[in-house]
Amino acid sequence: MNVDELYQTIILDHYREKHHSGLREPYDVEVHHVNPSCGDELTLRLRLDGDRIADVSYFGEGCSISQASTSVMTDLVIGTQAAHAMGLYEDFLEMMQSRGRITPDEDRFEDAVAFAGVSKFPARVKCALLAWAALRDAVNRATTKEAS
Amino acid sequence: MAAFDVEAIRSDFPILKRTVGEHPLVYLDSGNTSQKPQSVIDAVSDHYAHHNANVARAMHMLGAEATEAYEGARGAVARFIGAARPEEVVFTKNASEALNLAAQTLGAGLGPGDEVVISVMEHHSNIVPWQLTCQRTGATLRWFEVTDEGRLDLEAAEREHLINERTKVVSLTWVSNVVGTRNPIASIAAQAHAVGAVMVVDGSQAVPHQATDVAALGVDLLAFTGHKMLGPTGIGVLWGRHDLLAELPPFLGGGEMIEVVEMERSTYAAPPYRFEAGTPPIAQAVGLGAAIAYLEGVGMDAIEAHDREITAHALAKLGDIRGVTILGPTEAVERGSAISFNLDGVHPHDVMQLLDARGVAIRGGHHCARPLHKRLGHQSSTRASSFLYTTHGEIDALADALVHTRNYFAPRLGGRS
Repeated sequence: MNVDELYQTIILDHYREKHHSGLREPYDVEVHHVNPSCGDELTLRLRLDGDRIADVSYFGEGCSISQASTSVMTDLVIGTQAAHAMGLYEDFLEMMQSRGRITPDEDRFEDAVAFAGVSKFPARVKCALLAWAALRDAVNRATTKEAS
Repeated sequence: MAAFDVEAIRSDFPILKRTVGEHPLVYLDSGNTSQKPQSVIDAVSDHYAHHNANVARAMHMLGAEATEAYEGARGAVARFIGAARPEEVVFTKNASEALNLAAQTLGAGLGPGDEVVISVMEHHSNIVPWQLTCQRTGATLRWFEVTDEGRLDLEAAEREHLINERTKVVSLTWVSNVVGTRNPIASIAAQAHAVGAVMVVDGSQAVPHQATDVAALGVDLLAFTGHKMLGPTGIGVLWGRHDLLAELPPFLGGGEMIEVVEMERSTYAAPPYRFEAGTPPIAQAVGLGAAIAYLEGVGMDAIEAHDREITAHALAKLGDIRGVTILGPTEAVERGSAISFNLDGVHPHDVMQLLDARGVAIRGGHHCARPLHKRLGHQSSTRASSFLYTTHGEIDALADALVHTRNYFAPRLGGRS
């Protein structure tokens, strides 16, 4: 088992830098998620501008994989359409469950390609998915709120 | 008495021969679940191969053998903990179910104005069942606070009259699964009894590691689990004082726990059967009986002494590593074998990953004790927990792996190595 495959430079850089971190106002929806493999927690706020994701702000405590994934996710979705972000979630989920079999498209995933290594460590998949699950929950709640 | 021969003991546990890549397995997660000696594995297999039938209902030869084996295991558990009679031993599927059994059945007698006292250091399985019971009955949940050293804050409890005439139940862990603290159960039980309260104890981390005598402990209900004491998963115990069990209503309903069933109503069996609905974990109980025989063969006092020695060694070695902070008591005094700690700048999941790469198995997270972590100011922690098969060499391997982990992450995260 080669931990260097897991702890690639991109991931550790994001762990250190935590892009877009901090809880900002105004926001439309706030969600709180925990990793079922306990030890990672995330409070995430979503601000929408129509159906465009205007901002994702957060406060997270957790392991390098969960924190880096949150940072990478915000880079990928801020400024995009909510539907595009949800499409990214589905593809990211598929890659994470592929045990290293799926090679992700670098143009589409940018820094998230580093998580292909994580998919070979099943115990850490939930760490990588925490941020995306929180985002999807926030998008769903914001959409329901608007509809009602 | 023969000297403690850890290598001889290890040779009884087949899984300890496994390697993780090129590294020998260093299993330091016994607080999570213990490994099994061959005799326990054989007892379960042998039961299925030669003596399998349902208990109590089947009146043929195999049924009689299975019943004898199951009830024999009950007797072995009773003797192991110094119970007055086997009928005081209720088999459940684990300690969590045993604690839910206690909370629900005691809950039948609770109402608004009544108080249930637990503590901030409890495992979630000794918190949530009482929360549910208090929500259902209107009783009030209160708790012992914890000191910075990870011990019960007995002074604060005294000041606030935590145990008072409204207290109906006190439920505490005997030994903490996070900080290892051993609590003064006998004296707290006396306080509980003085106000007419029932004393419930979670013995999951204690019963496997030291001699248990329920009379000396002074408790009314004691929960523990087979898989942490060399037994199979799927078998737990709630011991209860016979008089108390006789008063408690049923928990789960169904076959075996009844006397007579009419469509309109049923009557219930006497304890312990009243609390054992349906086909019990028969093979698992047989496995637990074999586990108890193994533990008695080594001797609980010898096991406790070995635990203390290993724990003292581990506290000293971990305490020496720059960047390691140990949660709770740092001396092996009134302290069990779980040691939870944090490594500066490295989250427990990442510590777990690096250690796993070197064959060292530990646990990272809350260890099912999130309130305790919050109280001690840690979001989560890494826990190493030893048992009778742990060697000093394994503790050294843990320490080396932690230094390696610190040095792996420090340059990559911008710290010092």
